[in-house]
Amino acid sequence: MQRNPYLPLPMKLVKNFTETSDKLIHTFTLQFLSEEDEKSFPYMPGQFAEVCVFGKGEAPFGIASSPTEPGFLKFSVAKVGVVSTALHLMEEGTIVGVRGPLGNYYPVEQMKGKNIVIIGGGFAFTTLRALATYILDPKHRGDYGNLMVIYGARNPGLLLYKDELAEWEKRSDIDLVCTIDRPVEGWTGRTGFIPAVTKEVSPSSENAVAIVCGPPVMIKFTLPVLEECGFKPEQIIMSLENRMKCGIGMCGRCNVGNKYVCKDGPVFTKAELNQLPNEY
Amino acid sequence: MIIKKSELNAVLDKLLAGYQVYAPVKEGNYAVFKQIANGGQAYLGYSNSKIPPKGILFPQSEKLYSYSVTAEGARVEEHIDGSKKVVFGIRPCDAKSITLLDFVFNNDKYTDPYYMTRRNNTVLVGLGCNQPAPTCFCTSMQSGPFASEGMDVMLVDIGEGYVAQALTDKGKELLAGLGLPEASADDQKAAEDVKAAAVVSCQVNTEGLKAKLDAGFDDPVWNRIYEKCLGCAACTYLCPTCHCFDIVDDAVDCNGCRVRNWDACMFPLFTLHGSGHNPRPSGKERWRQRVMHKFKYFVDNFNATACVGCGRCIKNCPVNLDIREVLADILGSEARLDK
Repeated sequence: MQRNPYLPLPMKLVKNFTETSDKLIHTFTLQFLSEEDEKSFPYMPGQFAEVCVFGKGEAPFGIASSPTEPGFLKFSVAKVGVVSTALHLMEEGTIVGVRGPLGNYYPVEQMKGKNIVIIGGGFAFTTLRALATYILDPKHRGDYGNLMVIYGARNPGLLLYKDELAEWEKRSDIDLVCTIDRPVEGWTGRTGFIPAVTKEVSPSSENAVAIVCGPPVMIKFTLPVLEECGFKPEQIIMSLENRMKCGIGMCGRCNVGNKYVCKDGPVFTKAELNQLPNEY
Repeated sequence: MIIKKSELNAVLDKLLAGYQVYAPVKEGNYAVFKQIANGGQAYLGYSNSKIPPKGILFPQSEKLYSYSVTAEGARVEEHIDGSKKVVFGIRPCDAKSITLLDFVFNNDKYTDPYYMTRRNNTVLVGLGCNQPAPTCFCTSMQSGPFASEGMDVMLVDIGEGYVAQALTDKGKELLAGLGLPEASADDQKAAEDVKAAAVVSCQVNTEGLKAKLDAGFDDPVWNRIYEKCLGCAACTYLCPTCHCFDIVDDAVDCNGCRVRNWDACMFPLFTLHGSGHNPRPSGKERWRQRVMHKFKYFVDNFNATACVGCGRCIKNCPVNLDIREVLADILGSEARLDK
């Protein structure tokens, strides 16, 4: 029998960083307690994990770090429930548990040789950061064509990973398009909602895949823009979010049609989602 | 082989020497599967237990592991129950339901060690139904009063005793240890007669149901099916195939345990997101999910219907919502769109 999928791996919280100006999103850096533990957690961009706060419970979060960054895991978490609130209040050095990696991942093998368009909104950018970091790694950058990242938030303070965005801005092998909803003092970049900005920059669909993650309303209006740009449903990749618990397709709450978001997803192509009922 | 009724208690006592034995026990007007301490507690004169015996393999509440956490690390101790068990007198519908739970807890990617360890160490001794209840519709759900799917041993009540037939190696091993006499040709004949005489009076038409559901996510029938449902979830808690659960902590500070509890898709909070969005916001979506899960999604995934026709959801619904009528309604929904 395989190892018990319910048992968490103990990890040390080494950094509890307030990511956004509204203080509602923190990024947690967790360190493996041993190399052996790290080896037992082979993950890929797009996967998630159940983070356990002992005494409070566990909750699923997308992994924001990339496997190209060894030694730690990162999660950016909104303060919305019991577990996330407990995490937000947690002191550095505390032991937490992590169960996973869970779910499927962005199809990085099939994406090889293609131009990549990453579109993210708000704090859903976490696993997209993992994907961009994975592609930008010197070991992988040559496997992919152009990399465009379109990322927006309501205001500059709500953008995640600001230091990294600044670094990406300087690089020539990534085309970063950052936007905020409306102009504010001090912001010299683009303004406008993601769908409008996507329309402006009009990414080419030729030999390309678009990976989209964000709030439902952003996705709803961005997909038609991608279609206008020529993206076919099989060229659009999305990551679904649903209430999950077990993470292994048994507890029965995250299904969309006959698929379990936790086990068969969270990554689906638009073509796959077109086959499923719209219940997410 | 044959177990004389006068010797049943002694046979059960013999089993108790090597196994934890679960058998129907009379409680008021009902029978409930319980772990028995002596053969005299078993009560086989029941039509079906009020609560399905699924809880023997998948308890309503169970500790998954205990933990204690310090500044240096966490000590985690899993609680896997490897004891040898016999479920004695399980009905064919419930035995079949366990084969359906097997699909869930041993899926294409993961094995649940809690369920599967119990499952592998449990022998199911089934008891055919001489007199099915009026709410039984097992024959419409690929089962029947003497269907043996999932059983290791099948018992047929022939009046003065039970004809016992081993169906698996586990069953053979169990019977071999009991030193029972062989059933005579007359006993065998009596068993065949009992089987032939059992009638499940209720038939549910399922022809075309899957095709209807394949195309029926937006069918207007869902707008009314759920209307009188209270959302109490008795149907799911009493269903032998329902398997939804929640995982919670029972702890003081960092010392305690993680517990799994039955949960149900009929509850509004079951799918509520942290953001406040709920993909199944009303009874309509929740009822659709329950029906679709049993009669479409489960069929898509495992080529089996997640209903065994035990009738518990019918018998125990406080507002008399009847799954048989719901299925008929779905099948006839085109003609009823004006309702």
